[in-house]
Amino acid sequence: MSVRDRRLPLLTAGLLAALTTAACGSADAGSGGASGGEAADTVAVAASDDACDVASAELPAGTHEFQVTNSGSQVTEFYVYAEGDRVMGEVENIAPGLTRELLVELPAGTYETACKPGMVGDGIRSDLTITGEAASLSEDETLAQASADYQRYVQSQTGALLEQTTAFVDAVEAGDVEGAKALFPVARTYWERIEPVAEIFGDLDPLIDGREGDQAEGEDFTGFHRIEQALWVGNTTEGMAPYADQLLANVQEIVDLANETTLEPLQLANGAKALLDEIATGKITGEEDRYSHTDLWDFAANLEGSEAAVQALRPYLEEADPDLVAEIDERFAATEAELEQYRTDGGWTLHDQLTEDQLQGLSDSITALSESVSQVAAVVADR
Amino acid sequence: MTEPTMTEPTADQPAPQQRAGLSRRRLLGAFGAGTAGVLAAGAAGGVIGRATADEAPSAGAAPTDAVPFHGEHQAGIVTPAQDRLHFVALDVTTDSREDLVQLLEDWTEAARRMTAGRDAGPVGAVDGERYAPPDDTGEAIGLPASGLTLTVGFGPTLFTAADGTDRFGLAARRPAPLVDLPAFPGDQIEPAISGGDLCIQACANDPQVAVHAIRNLVRIGAGVVSVRWSQLGFGRTSSTSTGQATPRNLFGFKDGTDNLKAENGSTLDRFVWVGDDDADWLRGGSYLVTRRIRMLIEPWDSSSLDEQQRTIGRAKGSGAPLGQQAEFDPVDFTKQVDGEFAVPETSHVFLAHPTNSGTAILRRGYSFVDGSDGLGRLDAGLFFIAFQRNPETGFVQVQRNLRLDAMNEYIRHTSSAVFACPPGVRDDGDWWGRALFG
Repeated sequence: MSVRDRRLPLLTAGLLAALTTAACGSADAGSGGASGGEAADTVAVAASDDACDVASAELPAGTHEFQVTNSGSQVTEFYVYAEGDRVMGEVENIAPGLTRELLVELPAGTYETACKPGMVGDGIRSDLTITGEAASLSEDETLAQASADYQRYVQSQTGALLEQTTAFVDAVEAGDVEGAKALFPVARTYWERIEPVAEIFGDLDPLIDGREGDQAEGEDFTGFHRIEQALWVGNTTEGMAPYADQLLANVQEIVDLANETTLEPLQLANGAKALLDEIATGKITGEEDRYSHTDLWDFAANLEGSEAAVQALRPYLEEADPDLVAEIDERFAATEAELEQYRTDGGWTLHDQLTEDQLQGLSDSITALSESVSQVAAVVADR
Repeated sequence: MTEPTMTEPTADQPAPQQRAGLSRRRLLGAFGAGTAGVLAAGAAGGVIGRATADEAPSAGAAPTDAVPFHGEHQAGIVTPAQDRLHFVALDVTTDSREDLVQLLEDWTEAARRMTAGRDAGPVGAVDGERYAPPDDTGEAIGLPASGLTLTVGFGPTLFTAADGTDRFGLAARRPAPLVDLPAFPGDQIEPAISGGDLCIQACANDPQVAVHAIRNLVRIGAGVVSVRWSQLGFGRTSSTSTGQATPRNLFGFKDGTDNLKAENGSTLDRFVWVGDDDADWLRGGSYLVTRRIRMLIEPWDSSSLDEQQRTIGRAKGSGAPLGQQAEFDPVDFTKQVDGEFAVPETSHVFLAHPTNSGTAILRRGYSFVDGSDGLGRLDAGLFFIAFQRNPETGFVQVQRNLRLDAMNEYIRHTSSAVFACPPGVRDDGDWWGRALFG
């Protein structure tokens, strides 16, 4: 992220003016459910390290509350996906022993539920059929739905971002170098997924995610990477408490702002592309996490965030340009497969351990995917 | 090099063989030639001579003009060498034959447009939709066609991948001569900048036009191909037409004096164009060999004029063969000066000349300077390009003869590649490789 100039186009295109704020008092914090009113029922989900039992495989159209209980030993997540893994609702960060709720409105159609023990991979999937009359939406309604869908996604991420950043900050302030190192890429994952939103708030982003040397004269080097430098270069948390406090305050502020922000469909399209550009310019090169070399965590998060933005637009795109959707699906899958080779126990291979050939493979897949995703904006603008 | 492999085609094809322990006497004895450098041994005597032009000179068009894209042969081979080069080697990243074919069709269409001086895509750099990426990158807006030629070639790994798989069902169609070049003494080949499934040679008289063409073709290829390596060249080191003056390479010597020329029609058929003794789909095509030859500039620059001239075998000023007066005087291997042969038997001209290599190739190389290395030395040399009917009887035969070349002390070959260039695109319905994939 962050060199300030890169984000200027987002702000200058008059897009900021297009931002709308939506009063979104929907689901409770930490849950990314759509609010379609009161839930008609409660659906129990029994999640463990190797199972994800959803009480009902068929439900009527309407709003449902999923109660996800994690009896496993790993932190898990629960998702309801429409076709193409478009996220209809998700709840993150369900610790062992906890129960969390997800409120989600589901029109008639076929869906999949997924638990992700360890918060990685495709998850343990089941089919879910929603019966009833399929709603027929106009183009404009479909696009409005895209914005709402993506806003739900953002809200699901901001909750986890705040929790994980708090845990990271706590470790830093407790002088727990190893604990902080372990939490650093985890907290950043939630940040990197929603960067298109974060970048709209141009003042905060550099404070949270600026790299050394990005600051104007007289500005301090702060944020994630300031602490990263201390942890990996100095192997210490000494002197980092004020930076940790400031980081948490800034993250809190951006979370509040992001929760109230709805992106226009065109911003979703541009954001999806911008996230892939982030990968190409910052993660493939190892510039992002130059001290910890945890760039592939950010890579995975950018990719997920990009896919979430594209999938929010999916119902519209499937009508407008089905061939493009097919190509994008194929190329997201190819990129994920390329990345998957570097998954390790509990994380990802460090950037400085990747060979040139491996980086080339990642780079090629991102180049191809970007080429496809770069066409989305015009399709959206064409309506 | 100068003539790294330079073949010096002034004479015609003598008998090959017997390279080991070459001594001048033995060589001359073998060919039984006692006079002039032109060894008229064999029925084809003299065919390569530059005086035998049998077509009108093809140079003469303005440097800004367009070179026709359609034709029996691909442009960019006997086309009078333009001043600038951008060469790229690519690997195919998909296993889909259909996607590859589509790309070749798309590339052909874009090449047809760009060589005519138009944008890469039908919409253009600035006339498209506001929210869509333009179908042309725009840096050639306002620039003329500038003699742009785009020449495509297929590498051995397109037919059978390095791991032995036949990704596109082409293994059986690989022409027998299309194999990796053998290792030569002194090679320091870096695999990362060698080989490739495909190549595109862009030549133009304006560097921005050449770069624009490659950039757009690579952009169009996203998801199907990946750039393996690329090379810029800033000055032609060969003349490929009698209408062109002979340029100098970075050794400071005229290079390509006795190259095969566009005007030597029958000679080109014999040495450059693939005939009916090879794969059907390749007839009218040619084999392209590239070698990135780094010149050890600093040692060269501190060697004496005499050493330099004896290394090359020509006078640095005039370009005349040693012992002769003018650039185009025939090389005389028998001439002695003060009891010594004028052209040393370890000189590049001596060893590379068709008289002694027994063959001829069409050289079309470019000088390059890729900045400097970590020790402050110029990273410069010749990006050698040669076209021939068969690599084994072309470049390989010439290069094998250069084992004792005095010039080897001043050069290192750092990259190597070979490609089969299909015949020309005939018309609007045709595309690069149609005969191969059809």
